[in-house]
Amino acid sequence: MKSGLFGFLFGMWILILIGGGIAVTILGPFSISGFGELDWFIGSVIKAIVAIILVIIWILILSKLKNWIFRKEIKS
Amino acid sequence: MIELILPAVASCIVAFFVVFLMTPPLIKFLEKRNFTVKDVNKKENVLVARPGGLSIIVGIIASEIVLYTFLQLNEILVILFTTSIAFVIGYIDDRKYFKMHNQRWFKPIALAIAAIPIIAFGAYTSDLAFPLFGTVQIPILYLALIFLMIPITGNTINSIDVLNGVASGFMVIASFSLSICLFITQNYEIAIVSLPLGFVSLAFYKYHKIPSKIFPGDSGALTFGAMYGAIAIVGGVEIIAAVALLPAVLNSFLFLSSVKQIRGKPVEHTDDFQLKATDDKTAPVTLVRLILAGGSLSEKQVGFTIFKLGIFSGILAIITAFMMGVSL
Repeated sequence: MKSGLFGFLFGMWILILIGGGIAVTILGPFSISGFGELDWFIGSVIKAIVAIILVIIWILILSKLKNWIFRKEIKS
Repeated sequence: MIELILPAVASCIVAFFVVFLMTPPLIKFLEKRNFTVKDVNKKENVLVARPGGLSIIVGIIASEIVLYTFLQLNEILVILFTTSIAFVIGYIDDRKYFKMHNQRWFKPIALAIAAIPIIAFGAYTSDLAFPLFGTVQIPILYLALIFLMIPITGNTINSIDVLNGVASGFMVIASFSLSICLFITQNYEIAIVSLPLGFVSLAFYKYHKIPSKIFPGDSGALTFGAMYGAIAIVGGVEIIAAVALLPAVLNSFLFLSSVKQIRGKPVEHTDDFQLKATDDKTAPVTLVRLILAGGSLSEKQVGFTIFKLGIFSGILAIITAFMMGVSL
């Protein structure tokens, strides 16, 4: 079980790195125009929504990873 | 850099010795007034003084005031205010323990208030730095992140405060890892501001380690967590801080992902009072329960396993800090 926990922590770390890459490459350069002074605000709101979606996906992947690692560990 | 050595050494000495010297009289004071709780993981009816948050917050305030006299940084005041508010919230919860116990949302909401000084003093940058890829600017989301981060760090440290010495011992590992990371990222002033947290935790661990003479209580655990979160924000090392805290984050994640079915006990005792995971499907999945899934262990063995996980995460955090300087 202990090796599974270390593996899970490592998996969480990898997901953080990948999530960071997605956030910087997709969210970073994203900008919107055509709304005048509201461009900055609307752009930020869209970035926030995409970031929240990414966090939800991160949690779902972690749940799957948790079930996969720990079921496998318990069976062995 | 050299001019920072004296304040660093002075604040670390103050942090360690204030807690080291203040905790024994605090234990006596609490015991005299019957501020004790039963240690549920002991066979005998052992009563342990609680809460120890007072010596922790005094150690933090004293050491950070020493640092402020040398450095006069606004960031020190921000960390002091945020940590003190978290202590007060924890202390309220400690004193009214039985009334507050069923109000799950009290602490998360109240802890969001502790984040206000960070915003009021403007002690943050809205750039979120990631390893290998650089930074992303998220002004609105970052404000929300500040309000979320203090409750998250406060409550995650509180959630692993389940065995003798675990919260303070884990905090020693996580905070020193964070300090090393701040030095690696060349954020020397905040690195020095962060050092007292490790020394306060270390001094408190002396009395909290198995067999505990005092428990930190919510006032202690929230103080630890809030200060850690505030350092992460003002130091601009949120991602690194999250990595160093991963075992505690994992514990909260496991607990929350099984939150619909909490009824039973996750852990029980064997005849010789070792800890053993239950088969109860209605019990929450916790870090301790997973550690015990392979068989029963003593409280000390479980604690050391959590420390090993903490050291592993600390190493990952240090690798992450080095990766901050690398760009793909």
